Amino acid sequence: MKNLLLIVYLDLKESIRAQWFIIYSLVFGGLIALFFIAGITESQVMGFSGLSRLLLMYIQITIIILPIFILITTVRSISGDRDSHILEYMLSFPISLAQYYWGKVFGRFITVFLPVFMAMVFAIIYGSFKGANVPWDIFFLYTGLLFSLSSVFLGIAFFISSIVKSSEMALGISFFVWIFLLAFIDIALISLMLQNRMNEELIIALALINPMELFRVAAISLFDPELTVMGPVAFYILDRLSQSMFVLLAIVYPLVLGMLFAFFGYSVFKNKDLV
Amino acid sequence: MIEVSNITKKFGKTVSLDNVSVSFEKNDAVALMGANGAGKTTLIRLILGYYHPNNGDIRINGMDPIKQRIDILKHVSFVPQLPPPIKLSLDELISYVCSSSDVKKETIAHYAKEMELDLKPNLHKSFFTLSGGMKQKMLIAISLAKKSDIMIYDEPTANLDPQARDNFYRLLKEHEENKIALFVTHRLEEVKDIVNRQIYMDLGKIVSDARV
Repeated sequence: MKNLLLIVYLDLKESIRAQWFIIYSLVFGGLIALFFIAGITESQVMGFSGLSRLLLMYIQITIIILPIFILITTVRSISGDRDSHILEYMLSFPISLAQYYWGKVFGRFITVFLPVFMAMVFAIIYGSFKGANVPWDIFFLYTGLLFSLSSVFLGIAFFISSIVKSSEMALGISFFVWIFLLAFIDIALISLMLQNRMNEELIIALALINPMELFRVAAISLFDPELTVMGPVAFYILDRLSQSMFVLLAIVYPLVLGMLFAFFGYSVFKNKDLV
Repeated sequence: MIEVSNITKKFGKTVSLDNVSVSFEKNDAVALMGANGAGKTTLIRLILGYYHPNNGDIRINGMDPIKQRIDILKHVSFVPQLPPPIKLSLDELISYVCSSSDVKKETIAHYAKEMELDLKPNLHKSFFTLSGGMKQKMLIAISLAKKSDIMIYDEPTANLDPQARDNFYRLLKEHEENKIALFVTHRLEEVKDIVNRQIYMDLGKIVSDARV
């Protein structure tokens, strides 16, 4: 336990000093600042206004950029250390592979989740200060969704990092995973369905196993409980599940998926050549 | 004691070690030599538990280096050929070593001083920003502070100036009693005064093993 916490602590310190972390924090913090400057809180679109409108915009942008940020910054965690022979040296000390791997996972989770979460907290504090009503239900939903989205992509990134030998290959696979999942949200699926006359149940099932799709639908479900603007997958969900059940699924499923990927990654890390 | 029995290690179709058997006992100070690709580093990495062999068995003090890596690595010091670009500060690296290996900070500071590395002004600098020689001195200081029974050095003096090399050899002579010391090297003349055994490898096999 002592060594696990040590690895978490050292990974956190290393990440916080890294340039990618500064850019990562600036992007999400900057987004919120930009929304305030642009007067998003004053505008009204489809009945959403104030902080609700701001958080909605934030989450819609986050769904695109958060996964790729997590993938490209995390995927080199183990493969990069392997490339640069850091792993060879650091593992010459009596640290178990589990302590090293999970220490890296937890340390990296804190570094990727905190800036995204703190940007929302900043928005809430600043919005309250300006006299806006705080939409706590949306804030808590988005915290849960961001937590589970971070988990799934972190898990995928560690899995990729464990299976490939070079960090360049890991980066390439990350981009592919991101593009693939982005393409398989229902908007793209509709065109695929129309073009190829594929079975609609299959299309919907594909969309539902995509954590990005679940995140997208759940993120807007509080605003639009009828899910009328969300496309065919949303209609299907509305027919089959209650909104609260769906939100639960959208949080639990990516979390479990992320943990599974992280465990597979650990299994590969433990059972194949380390360097 | 390190017992390597009929070890074969392949990377794809390339055979890096071909049915190698060798044993190292207390008070062995071994120069492990051979051309690039001879299998020296592969052998070291197998001993450190980094590689899973295709065939054969390795026992260190009767233990398996993969299954019982923690118990084994408590007794092993390792200095790689090139200091890796670790981004931790020296202070953080020292904390890592002290916490994982039960070494005292003062002991590392003592050996750093013996290697003429002034730790104090560099403690908060990232390891990778130090010069090649300073990094190597730091890794050597850590390896000696661990007071391990097995010391593995892969070209340890590549970045050192003559004075630092002398310091390193002096410290090694003081510490090699009752230990196994393995030196991967291309320059025998550098270690010939401190080794009592010379092993030559070629194409994944041991071609000569002589006590001197």
